[in-house]
Amino acid sequence: MSLRKVAVVGAGMTKFVRRAQETGKELAYEAAKMALDSCELKLDDVDGVALGTAPDAFDGVHMKGEYLSDGAGAWRKPFMRSYVGGGTGVFTPIQGWYHVASGLFDVCLVVCEEKMSSCQPHPQGAFLTIFDHTTERPLGPNLLWIFALEMNRYMHMHGLQKKDIALVSVKNKRNAADHPCALLGDPNITVEDVLNSEVLAWPVQRLDVSPVTDGAVALVLAAENVAKRITDKPVWIKGVGWALDTAYWTNRDLYYPKYVEYAARMAYEMAGIREPRKEIHIVEPYDPFDYKELHHLEGLLLADKGEAPRLTAEGVTARTGDMPVCPSGGLLGVGNPIAAAGLMKVAEIFWQLRGEAGKRQVPGKPVTGLAQAWGDLMQVGTVIILGIGG
Amino acid sequence: MSREVAIIGVGYSGFRALTPDVSYKELMYEAAVKAYDDAGVDPRRDIESFVTVAEDFTEGTSIFDEYVPDQLGAALKPVHTISGEGLHGFIAAYLQILTGAMDIVAVEGHSKASNILTPNDILAYAMDPIYNRPLRANPYFIAGLEMNRYLCETGTTREQCALVVAKNKHNALYNPTAAYGANIGVEDVLQSEMVSYPLSRMDMSLHADGAIVMVLASRERAEELSDSPIWITGVGWCNDSFSLETRDWSGAIYAAKAGEMAYRMAGIRSPWQELDLAEIDDTFSYKELQHMEALRLCRPGEAGPLTEDGATELGGELPVNPSGGSLGVGHLLDASGLARLLEVVLQLRGEAGQRQLPDVETGLAFGWRGLPTTSGAAVILNN
Repeated sequence: MSLRKVAVVGAGMTKFVRRAQETGKELAYEAAKMALDSCELKLDDVDGVALGTAPDAFDGVHMKGEYLSDGAGAWRKPFMRSYVGGGTGVFTPIQGWYHVASGLFDVCLVVCEEKMSSCQPHPQGAFLTIFDHTTERPLGPNLLWIFALEMNRYMHMHGLQKKDIALVSVKNKRNAADHPCALLGDPNITVEDVLNSEVLAWPVQRLDVSPVTDGAVALVLAAENVAKRITDKPVWIKGVGWALDTAYWTNRDLYYPKYVEYAARMAYEMAGIREPRKEIHIVEPYDPFDYKELHHLEGLLLADKGEAPRLTAEGVTARTGDMPVCPSGGLLGVGNPIAAAGLMKVAEIFWQLRGEAGKRQVPGKPVTGLAQAWGDLMQVGTVIILGIGG
Repeated sequence: MSREVAIIGVGYSGFRALTPDVSYKELMYEAAVKAYDDAGVDPRRDIESFVTVAEDFTEGTSIFDEYVPDQLGAALKPVHTISGEGLHGFIAAYLQILTGAMDIVAVEGHSKASNILTPNDILAYAMDPIYNRPLRANPYFIAGLEMNRYLCETGTTREQCALVVAKNKHNALYNPTAAYGANIGVEDVLQSEMVSYPLSRMDMSLHADGAIVMVLASRERAEELSDSPIWITGVGWCNDSFSLETRDWSGAIYAAKAGEMAYRMAGIRSPWQELDLAEIDDTFSYKELQHMEALRLCRPGEAGPLTEDGATELGGELPVNPSGGSLGVGHLLDASGLARLLEVVLQLRGEAGQRQLPDVETGLAFGWRGLPTTSGAAVILNN
């Protein structure tokens, strides 16, 4: 059966910073207000709110969604918080999509907030409790270690070197220099800088990793009939997909994210996309680490296995390339307030397709874009495809 | 919006005060297997999406949704968590089918409350970290304040609240899954230790462990798979202000607005006449009465006298919490709303055993997220 069409009609974003003075509730309010103002709507026009925010352990607030609810605009409104770890930022607009596509809502506010700086001495501490309490936690693993394992496996399988991967960090941090909300934009960074940065857990070095960040992003979604009244430039949600793999990550071959492929196939099918490499014009894959952008491009079927580094080296993924990847600057450049970072990617596609991305605007009038996030124990993929026209 | 959606399978394990013999994964697995068998579906082949509800702090694990797919048969499938009440998760599953993109979706909620050594300390972490937490008050003071306000505004008495406890614990004696069935009197409740005036120890439900899984399907698939589909006719959910300083302390606005949304969808104008049973949150005794009024089962101040008259007993005009509610069954953390809904399904199917109500067609389930939230969800079912 044909699905009810849902459009993104507005977006707002706070600055991404290392340590925000605002409370999480205030960050959520600021982003929500900007998104509503951008499409000239009031809170009264909103039927319900979808909220995304990652571990409660960052803020040390139990039931963090409830705490953020009134700040996010959900006072006396239907409100739900969805949660798939790092994949949350792209899942929350999917939640908003099913709220509207169900026919229950005409206008849904989607808000993603993260305030990592409250976690002392370092937010990585919050990740010590994500491991299986019986089989893994006694070993005291930390998140950087397991991603180092994955990066190592990926490099080994495809015979890659650190310099092949560092190119991603350089591209994204340079792109971010044009983003007014970015935390780590740097127009002059080089591959040497990345290769010479402090080793955290080999092969992961300081500049391979996105920073700890505070921030919030919001979108306004609307059903077709309403969207056309609100804006002349609705950006349609063409397809959504998500998949969660087994919790037993130690039993999987980490060189390839099969769960991302499953999520992508679901979204491509819904969007009627048969040849993603031709039909997707801009991509915002999740890049908390530089190798993840490459890993995800392959999982999204936008590059053959092991070929994403070559596309990067050849400039295909540059902002002016054939398939711009992370024109925003990604998590490596703009920052990584977990859930908000994922939604920032969706907002970037929205602005790029409307031709409103300012200095970051990619050439060639893109029509279709894809944003993707990843999370849990290297386990979940969330994908959304946006498009104009049709 | 024209798609019709039904519950075609339910499964549960528990409910018990302690479950040292099984892990949360085993509780979930048992409930899932029973639900899939009840629905006649294979999770790997037939179920297109899974929704679970959980909160990290009560699980003792950050990003808890990592640990749900395997025991549900959901690995490499669309799975996501709603950090909300079980009924929020249920509604999320329902909405996915309404979109037309899915035909069969499962929802899961569980409680392993017995693993939590310091539940009050966990709850204290739910308080606003800037304005309220520094006061270091036990969060149950909120229930005491709210109960006091409710009693004062409506003229309801502590005795009427105590009757709710007696009724629900008595109903639970007929429910083999209930953990806290008992024959007690009003005096037992009034004489129990005071927690935060006027809330006494026995006005509060106790936690239990357990898991509940339900399978939902579109009309087409439901009619193919099930002889007794239970149709979803209305859903509603709402949050009031989270801030203690700005919320409404007497009326349970979240329940009123969630109910209003669900009734409108189901075309119900006079809930008292049109509903045959109601399973509504009774985390605290007064909450059953306050929620009855907010959900327009009666006018403000009438829930207490109706309870005195026996109108909400098993044989009454509108039985409320025939399962025994959270006071009798045990409070299942965020799975509590699913336990309320489970009873409505069993009653509408005629599978409620000794506590089966005669001639029931339409039932309401309402869940509240508990202290210190103002978050609730309502579901209306019809057979």
